[in-house]
Amino acid sequence: MAAANDTEVAVIELALPPRPEVVSVARLVVGALAAAEPAFDDERGADLRLAVSEVCTNAIQAQLAARSGADPEAPIVLRFEVGQGSIELAVQDHGGGFDPGRLGRHPEVTDPARLEFEGGLGIPLIRLLADELEFRASPGGTTVVMTFGPRVSTGRVDS
Amino acid sequence: MDLRLELSEQGGWSVLEVGGEVDVATAPRLREQLIKLVNDQRFQLVVDLSGVDFIDSTGLGVLIGALKRVRTQGGDLVLVCTERRILKVFEITGLDQVFQIHETVEASVAR
Repeated sequence: MAAANDTEVAVIELALPPRPEVVSVARLVVGALAAAEPAFDDERGADLRLAVSEVCTNAIQAQLAARSGADPEAPIVLRFEVGQGSIELAVQDHGGGFDPGRLGRHPEVTDPARLEFEGGLGIPLIRLLADELEFRASPGGTTVVMTFGPRVSTGRVDS
Repeated sequence: MDLRLELSEQGGWSVLEVGGEVDVATAPRLREQLIKLVNDQRFQLVVDLSGVDFIDSTGLGVLIGALKRVRTQGGDLVLVCTERRILKVFEITGLDQVFQIHETVEASVAR
C-alpha cells in the first residue's frame, strides 16, 4: 500500500466503496499521517480530518445522487503524498463532474435567511483549511487536490 | 459508526446529549431525533456536544435545520460545548454567531 522513493515522499493510495460509513476511515488515515509528521500539531491534524471528511462526503454524495454520469458503485480513490513538510491529498470520485464556480453564495451568518441553508458549507471549509486547492475534471467525475502545510487554519470561511 | 444520543428533561428544556462523531454516516440519526422532538412539541432544546469528538458540515447542517424548526415555533436551540476543536468548527464557519453556545447544560437552562 505504501511506497517511499528516494526524495522521501511516501505515497499511499486507498480505494474505498462510496458509502457514508467509509468517511470515518478516511479521517482515521489522514489523522494518523498528520500525527506522524513532526511539523503537524494536533490542531492541524484536526483541520486535515475535517477537510478530508468534507471532500469524501461530497464525493460519496455525488456518486450516490441519481445524477447523470454518476456511478454509485465505483470506488472513491484517495491518494496521499506525504513528505517534505506537506501532505497532499487527491480524492477522485465518479460523481459525473461538478463545477465549483457554479456554487451559490450563502447569506451572511447574521442574516436570518442563513437558516434556510443546511448544506453547502463543505466547499468553503475546504477552501479555508487547505493551503492549495484544485478541482480537476477526471474520467467520470472530479478529482479534488488539496495541499496542506503545517500551519493551522484560522479565520472564517467566505460562505 | 459511533454516535450516542441521550435525552433528558431539565427545567422545561429537552436536553439531548450527543457523543461520538457527527458526520454523513451518523447525522441522519441526529436529524431524526431532533425532528421527533419538534413533532412532540418540544421547542426548547439544549444539544449538549460535550461528548462529541468530531463534527463536520453535515452535522452543522442538521443543527441549523433543527434551530430553524424550533425558532419557527417560537422556541430555541442552544448548544453546550467546551471542546476547543469542536468550537473551532463553529467559529470558522461563523455559526458561533448563529447559535448560543454555553459551557454547561445548567447555564443553558438557567436563562
